[in-house]
Amino acid sequence: MRKVYSKIQAISGNVITVTASGVRYGELAVVSSRHGESLAEVIRLSEEQVALQVFTGGRGISTGDEVRFLGHPMQISFSDNLLGRIFDGSGRPRDNGPALEENMIEIGGPSVNPSKRIIPRNMIRTNIPMIDLFNTLVESQKLPIFSVSGEPYNQLLARIAMQAEVDMIILGGIGLKYDDYLFFRDALEEGGAMSRTIFFVHTASDPIVESLLVPDVSLAVAERFALKGKKVLVLLTDMTNFADSMKEIAITMEQVPSNRGYPGDLYSQLAARYEKAVDFEGAGSITTLAATTMPGDDVTHPVPDNTGYITEGQYYLRGGRIEPFGSLSRLKQLVNDKTRPDHRALMDGMIKLYAAYKESLEKKSMGFRMADWDNKLLKYGEMFEEQMMDLSVNITLEEALERGWEILADCFEASETGLRTELLKQYWPRQEETA
Amino acid sequence: MTKGKVIGVNGNMISVRVDGEVALNEVGYVALGDKKLKSEVIRIQGDRAEMQVFEMTGGIGINEEVEFSGELLAVSVGPGLLGKVYDGLQNPLPELAERLGFFLDRGVYLEALESEQKWKFTPKVAVGDSVRQGDTVGTVPEGIFDHRVMVPFNFLGEYTVDWVADEGEYTVHEKVATVTDAKGGKHDLTMVFEWPVKRPIKVYSERLRPEEQMVTKVRLIDTFIPVALGGTYCIPGPFGAGKTVLQQITSRNAEVDIVIVAACGERAGEVVETLREFPELTDPRTGRTLMERTVIICNTSSMPVAAREASVYTAVTIAEYYRQMGLNVLLLADSTSRWAQAMREMSGRLEEIPGEEAFPAYLESVIAAFYERAGRVRLHDGNIGSVTIGGTVSPAGGNFEEPVTQATLKVVGAFHGLSRERSDARKYPAIDPLDSWSKYEGSVDYDATEYARDIVFRGNEVDQMMKVVGEEGTSLEDYVLYLKGEFVDSVYMQQNAFDEIDRSVSVERQRHIFAILMKILVTKFSVESKEEARHYFNELRQKFLDYNGTEWMSDDFKSLENELEQQISERASGADEHGEKLLKSLTTEHSNA
Ligand SMILES: Nc1ncnc2c1ncn2[C@@H]1O[C@H](COP(=O)(O)OP(=O)(O)OP(=O)(O)O)[C@@H](O)[C@H]1O
Ligand SMILES: [Mg+2]
Repeated sequence: MRKVYSKIQAISGNVITVTASGVRYGELAVVSSRHGESLAEVIRLSEEQVALQVFTGGRGISTGDEVRFLGHPMQISFSDNLLGRIFDGSGRPRDNGPALEENMIEIGGPSVNPSKRIIPRNMIRTNIPMIDLFNTLVESQKLPIFSVSGEPYNQLLARIAMQAEVDMIILGGIGLKYDDYLFFRDALEEGGAMSRTIFFVHTASDPIVESLLVPDVSLAVAERFALKGKKVLVLLTDMTNFADSMKEIAITMEQVPSNRGYPGDLYSQLAARYEKAVDFEGAGSITTLAATTMPGDDVTHPVPDNTGYITEGQYYLRGGRIEPFGSLSRLKQLVNDKTRPDHRALMDGMIKLYAAYKESLEKKSMGFRMADWDNKLLKYGEMFEEQMMDLSVNITLEEALERGWEILADCFEASETGLRTELLKQYWPRQEETA
Repeated sequence: MTKGKVIGVNGNMISVRVDGEVALNEVGYVALGDKKLKSEVIRIQGDRAEMQVFEMTGGIGINEEVEFSGELLAVSVGPGLLGKVYDGLQNPLPELAERLGFFLDRGVYLEALESEQKWKFTPKVAVGDSVRQGDTVGTVPEGIFDHRVMVPFNFLGEYTVDWVADEGEYTVHEKVATVTDAKGGKHDLTMVFEWPVKRPIKVYSERLRPEEQMVTKVRLIDTFIPVALGGTYCIPGPFGAGKTVLQQITSRNAEVDIVIVAACGERAGEVVETLREFPELTDPRTGRTLMERTVIICNTSSMPVAAREASVYTAVTIAEYYRQMGLNVLLLADSTSRWAQAMREMSGRLEEIPGEEAFPAYLESVIAAFYERAGRVRLHDGNIGSVTIGGTVSPAGGNFEEPVTQATLKVVGAFHGLSRERSDARKYPAIDPLDSWSKYEGSVDYDATEYARDIVFRGNEVDQMMKVVGEEGTSLEDYVLYLKGEFVDSVYMQQNAFDEIDRSVSVERQRHIFAILMKILVTKFSVESKEEARHYFNELRQKFLDYNGTEWMSDDFKSLENELEQQISERASGADEHGEKLLKSLTTEHSNA
């Protein structure tokens, strides 16, 4: 029987301090107050002083409440029974199903040995040209959608989840609006994907500290399924909320902030989660797609900035479209040499021309005379936006490549494209021009 | 040995009450169940020591035992380092994987060098010889090199060889010599010894100026902003601008003997490419695999932060060790910002007074001291070796006005700044050709490269101007200048890292095609209109890009070169005098070579 402590010495924000002995770093405790029980986690030890963050928050806790240490760190039940179920951040059912307590596993486990990793090799098809053609998604990739609130990033996540060929989906909701939670639930249900989905959902109205658990819980479960051979897609939305919760705790703990109030270890904390994405040789894989909203639409804000330095690219969602500039899949070159010989060149060439279009557009807006070349670019840019960028476009990679050549040939002469002659000879739709 | 007890845990830092003497940077082990976790002393106050734990600290409790080792944090040096993949503390990762499987469990430390492997030893000293630190006792073949078995660098003063092993096969731990010091004390030497990572190896007669070029085979770098053997350079850039790709290309193509890749706090996936591909790629200089000239130190972002701090020192120590053999070693560190952040995390836990952006006040001096470990040196035996250091910097928000970038710029010899604008426009390598600089000398005449760079600069000015006054407000002459600037950029400065041929361009080829580029730049073309000029340059560009894609001196190469020359002369009407002079000196230099 573990000892119960009934003297809480300090309560500050969501952090309480008790005097206790025999406690270990990262251990869980149960805090019982008039409002019920809450889990809490040890986040600092100093002699007999034990600081804990209380999952349901510090509000309403009194100095006379009881703290009972459990002797183990945070755990979650792992079995096939999780499938089709909906839980909160600490793993309690949110649906009306039974609580799961068998086969408890620890969360936040050690990282994968880099020498056991393999080079990612499988493209994940989404039928979105801005992804498949220009920034191919790859199995085991970690990739956020950079966006601002109001943009349909959750819709995009759901669409990719439904179209991607994966064995299961884990949705980690962090500060998710209730409506968005219902949206995901309904979308996956309608798409017939519910039975291969697990939800760990923390909504905007739930206690802040619990949101910190969502990525770890989701990824710990994903990791076990992946080890059992499953291709798992993890969706985390919105990771900015996760970072903000960390900021709050850091401030309570009086840590020196590094940048706009965020703790100095923001990078390492985010990386510990994103780096869980992996392809286990001989078993399954974890692919992670996240939503990262950019406060003030500012990509240099510490959360998107640190995220960009960690993830393997990002998709910018702006005005309901995936922007070609800034969007990047860093793993694309591992797969786009095996799709079609013109894939890479077309990808680069079309983006370069789109950049030139943007310049002409700017000149035009300033009232300058448009040269022939500008007019060609203007025509090109419009076609590109309508036939490639629009999110309603739903075509295979091969169709997108064909469409790319058609657009180019409609707008330019072959030599104006900056593409190599041998490629033009093979793919240019009006062959007489390349002669 | 000194012992202690844990009295506090805060993230990856523990506070320990000690019962005896401890040293700063001393290694200790904290007990956790049946495991012992490696830690390093980072502050001492009375009988209280703060230690950074090189592992995750979950589960550590108050009163846990700590044992101190009496040793500073060190690496083992000896034959067999090449081709190895280590974590930041020189724990061999593939061997760990064999033992533990997919995950990096805590508290397992393996020997850095294989203890079973036999090396063929050839003695280089005789009994009675007098030797000192760094002198070669014998050699063993390691891949393509003669690995020198040296008198350990911490042996101060003169020693006399008492005994030396016969030519034969020995393991690294077997005795290969015995030496006597001035006081008559005897010391056994094996092939391996330890060196503390935070202490530079300075066993040489003099430091030389870094005046020989280190060829990277990236045109923009070698021609315009070169790096020198024994020099230092940095690659700052926002995320996704191409720092890692640039370092990966360099690690393959650089003309050096040995490459140490330090993956410091970045993505594990990126190291994997190197790790899986290098054993299969041949080094054209030696015909052996690239792995045989490479050491990978890999402490990626989800691995413990304290070991990340140590990893760059582990890497540079191994680099310095091979320099002692008269070799040219290149250390590529990606990213030094993560190392700086690791320092920041510890500094925060120590509650030190923070400097700018919460980095510790000593950030600048620590960065300077790290880059100081690069250098070209003349060894005691007259041979010359070098350590070149190239570090990427990942500035917050992509803004170079931040502490790590600024501190680095103060000490390095070349600056390759990547720009978001260029990477967005897929202009790779996205090094800003105008902002970047180098203090070193390159393979092409400086005046000529500056002539070309000036055209890019002025062409860019015309471009900016056109954005204000429009194309119609720009003279034809200026417009051609603009086209020339763009031309230099697109056919010479940009280079396709994923093209078999274009990805690595020899210095010879660079000189050769630069002369042709110069010819285009100095030539005055007869064109009637901007439209015509644009069209002409488009075709020229097309030809040049095709030319870049052909194999050096192949038939295609030659015939495309002819076509280019023809295309140029068709429209040529005079030339810029100053430029022509530069071009002449280039081509005579060229035919002399
Ligand atoms: N020389 C190049 N040629 C072609 N593509 C490139 C080149 N350099 C970079 N890229 C593209 O940009 C992507 C990002 O490059 P890289 O990973 O080197 O960026 P980085 O600067 O290291 O970013 P981070 O700071 O986030 O690590 C690559 O995956 C590749 O798609
Ligand atoms: Mg990088």
